[in-house]
Amino acid sequence: MWFARKEGVVRRLVRDAGHLIRPALVLLAGVAVFLVVRSAIVPKAFGQYGHYRPGALALVRQRPIAYAGQDTCVVCHDDEATARAAGKHAHVACEACHGALAQHADDPAAHVPQLPDVANLCRRCHEKDAAKPPTFPQVVTAEHSGGMACNQCHQPHNPHL
Amino acid sequence: MDFSRRDLFKAGGKLLVLASVGATLEQITGAEPASDAYKMADHWWGMIIDIDHCIGCGNCVRACSRENGVPHGYFRTWVERYQIEEGKQPRVDSPDGAMEGFPPNTRERLKSFFVPKLCNQCAASPCVQVCPVGATFVSPDGVVLVDDTYCLGCRYCVQACPYGCRYLHPQKQTVDKCTLCYHRITKGLTTACCESCPTGARLLVDFKNPKDPVHEILRNNKVEVLKPYMATQAKVYYKNLDGAVR
Repeated sequence: MWFARKEGVVRRLVRDAGHLIRPALVLLAGVAVFLVVRSAIVPKAFGQYGHYRPGALALVRQRPIAYAGQDTCVVCHDDEATARAAGKHAHVACEACHGALAQHADDPAAHVPQLPDVANLCRRCHEKDAAKPPTFPQVVTAEHSGGMACNQCHQPHNPHL
Repeated sequence: MDFSRRDLFKAGGKLLVLASVGATLEQITGAEPASDAYKMADHWWGMIIDIDHCIGCGNCVRACSRENGVPHGYFRTWVERYQIEEGKQPRVDSPDGAMEGFPPNTRERLKSFFVPKLCNQCAASPCVQVCPVGATFVSPDGVVLVDDTYCLGCRYCVQACPYGCRYLHPQKQTVDKCTLCYHRITKGLTTACCESCPTGARLLVDFKNPKDPVHEILRNNKVEVLKPYMATQAKVYYKNLDGAVR
């Protein structure tokens, strides 16, 4: 008697389970599609160092350099380097005044550098300003030179008179 | 064909093992495309800025702009001039980021100094925490970088940075910031701003290099990072920083 009743319950469950199984299948299919698409889109090494694409590091490193660096300049221009080393500008890198010259270092004939604009160049560093460290040499250019260019008296590589 | 269910499971299992081994190998070998002498694990980059040496010439701003192709009116580094009268709010100016230096100011009886600013390369960076797509991150050598190909331009990181060091690139429409000249320092060069600084007010440092001067500088000087209360673990240290600087 009880057995027959139980069999009835099981049969009813199986018969009514359709509305559970069908959405479950749809859900499973959705998850499967998500996993396939995800594996196709996310780069293989993603997460190797953290939550990012390690290839991005190489991408950032690809950028070409514009400033060749002090060591490259002195390979050819050792006479200027010697003159500079004796004076107050010993610790000022070549490209601090002459600008970015990596292209010139790569091909000196094709990229001839322009001489710096002395009127602005010297003033930017040496014009008197209360915010500058008091020990740094500063002048009020209008009073100091009366409009004369700095390099008429000072030799820029070794500016001492 | 005699192919039992048992055989099917066996073959499937073998395939699964092979595939996972292959995937792991690919992850290990195919991840680091630049096969050169530079080892990321050997470096932990930062910077020391000496306020008492900065003369506000703007060389760093121009060099950064030139080296990195920073669009006009945007800055990866800039210089601020503080002018503080006793008992008053500090006056801060930075005309065009100090691209052409500063107009001279000879007012006496005023505390005045320059503060160069750039990305602080935080080790616990708020900008990295808020990125929803993994487009910005701290590299294994301690530089906060942006993956242009992943960035959506949502600007969450621009808002999250307590130092105002990020901007949306007007052409690329992705977020741009100081990379600590990652393309230079990985080649053994210093950053463009340090290269062009005439007074040595900026110094690129490597905390993992035992011979780097940074260890002596940190030991012998009073140093401070900007906004230490933000707990960002900033790696740009300032020598002789005034409390008024934000």
